[in-house]
Amino acid sequence: MASKLTRSQRRILKVREWIIETLLFLAATSSVLVTLGIVFVLLYESFVFFEHVSIVDFLTDRFWTPLFADPRYGIMPLVTGTLLSTVVALAVAGPLGLTAALYLSEFANPRVREVIKPALELLAGVPTIVYGFFALLFVTPLLQKIIPGLPGFNILSAGIVIGIMIIPYVASLSEDAMRAVPQGLRDASYGLGATKLETAVRVVLPAATSGVAAAFVLGISRAVGETMIVAIAAGTQPNLTFDPREPAATITAFIVQVALGDLPHGSIPYQSIFAAGLVLFLMTLAFNIVGFWLRARYREAY
Amino acid sequence: MTATDFEAPRGPRPRAARRTGARYRREALFKVVGLLATLVGLVALAALLFDLAVHGLPRLSWDFFFNFPSRFAARAGILSAWVGSLLVILVTATVAVPLGVAAAIYLEEYARRNFFTNIIEINVSNLAGVPSIIYGLLALGLFVYTFGTGRSIFTAGLTLALLILPIVIVATREAIRAVPQALREGALALGATKWQVTRDHVLPAALPGVLTGVIIGVSRALGETAPLITIGALTFIAFLPTPPISTEPPFISFQWLWDSFTVLPIQAFNWVSRPGVDFHANAAAAGLVLLVLTLGLNAGAIYLRYRLRKKLQW
Repeated sequence: MASKLTRSQRRILKVREWIIETLLFLAATSSVLVTLGIVFVLLYESFVFFEHVSIVDFLTDRFWTPLFADPRYGIMPLVTGTLLSTVVALAVAGPLGLTAALYLSEFANPRVREVIKPALELLAGVPTIVYGFFALLFVTPLLQKIIPGLPGFNILSAGIVIGIMIIPYVASLSEDAMRAVPQGLRDASYGLGATKLETAVRVVLPAATSGVAAAFVLGISRAVGETMIVAIAAGTQPNLTFDPREPAATITAFIVQVALGDLPHGSIPYQSIFAAGLVLFLMTLAFNIVGFWLRARYREAY
Repeated sequence: MTATDFEAPRGPRPRAARRTGARYRREALFKVVGLLATLVGLVALAALLFDLAVHGLPRLSWDFFFNFPSRFAARAGILSAWVGSLLVILVTATVAVPLGVAAAIYLEEYARRNFFTNIIEINVSNLAGVPSIIYGLLALGLFVYTFGTGRSIFTAGLTLALLILPIVIVATREAIRAVPQALREGALALGATKWQVTRDHVLPAALPGVLTGVIIGVSRALGETAPLITIGALTFIAFLPTPPISTEPPFISFQWLWDSFTVLPIQAFNWVSRPGVDFHANAAAAGLVLLVLTLGLNAGAIYLRYRLRKKLQW
């Protein structure tokens, strides 16, 4: 039996609604606070670092040796190490992921796709520490049989395994973009006598470009920030090189190395991990912004 | 229309026919190449599982689960590691689930389309792309040094909670968005308030989707190593945290929140970075335990999502 609420009951309800909405709003705002926290901590702690090290040296010096008696703080070797492992990863995940996406979207029958796609996504769920183990104790020995003289720590092995890890990011998002291409475009292409492959490569792929590019950018952003695989398999020796067969430290591997040691908080080498982290954050931020922009474009397309 | 329109295409016909054959052969070839490229990832996954099993299975025994780490590889175990993982995840889930679900409810059900809402949305998708080690630096600078929460289970759980917050928010938003508008309108028409509609109708309907996101988030947190190393989690812990229940009043203790800890991935990292086949076998065994847990959780989430998609017919 429905009864009319008294005025005070209605007031209580109204106040409760207001309180709840405020609480929910605060929860949503907390995510912004996390970002502000990250930016604040990185800037603040880097500021301490840059009081002692000039930004020019930081950007132009070719050596990164904060733990030596004569410390030098040139971020370049760490950046090239990071980019090199990313390039190797992309050389693996790019062709494989894109081909897999084309196959799954245009050729595989739906039953096969229903099974393979989730199975591929499992690759993204493997803990990175396990990938690191795999890179150091399975992939590296395997590569050493092919490339004689390959050191136990090398960028190549770490990069290949990162590549395997990001296959699902590249493949899954690319496939989504390809499937969003309207069927009419394909039908028109078939009508002109094109084969399925020609349609896939010359019609579907170009139409899905921005979505595919966004998928690549997400993969790159993951590879740049990957930590455990490189820390385990690529070594922690900063090395300004473009040869993936050599060992080289990435930004992330350096942070791990310092965190594992027992440097006091406030010392310059210790503060350097925040400056390195700031560079890493800016790199991934740039990739994320590009990816966001590409996704927004691709959403508008059809 | 002139007669020339009906002329045969240039070039002798047989060649064109051959070209058509080649075009279809290329397509047949791509079907094979495409399938192979798709399978490379799965083969790698199988190789990884096989490699871990070969090295790690011989080490898996009752003792391995109930021994503390040790200088002697054969006597070392993962007791402190799995207890640590369990407690850290408990803190993570306690913080991330309510916060993430509440944020998602606000964004889907309450938020007006304005500048600030846009900021929150862009921010969430950007946070999902921030490398995990950056969260470690945030925790180090803010929790460990500014708030003084130490290198404790509490700090670790909170750090991982922030890390998986975007995952929970995105999954919950998708689940809420899939709830049909008619359900809300029906409840509103009967006089329910907005919160009553959300609590009694929208959330229950979205629950399986929310659960999927939570499972994926928890499995991610379980496997994370980098941020916890960054806050300075110790690798050699040969004791358990303070028990939460005691025989003396007040019977329940939260002292364990402030204890130092280790977790499964950090223990595995410690073993893998030591030279020697024996410790590598330990690392493989710990990795195997971790992999079975995370892949099991992931598979569960994927199955749940699959069932959901099939059943979802409003």
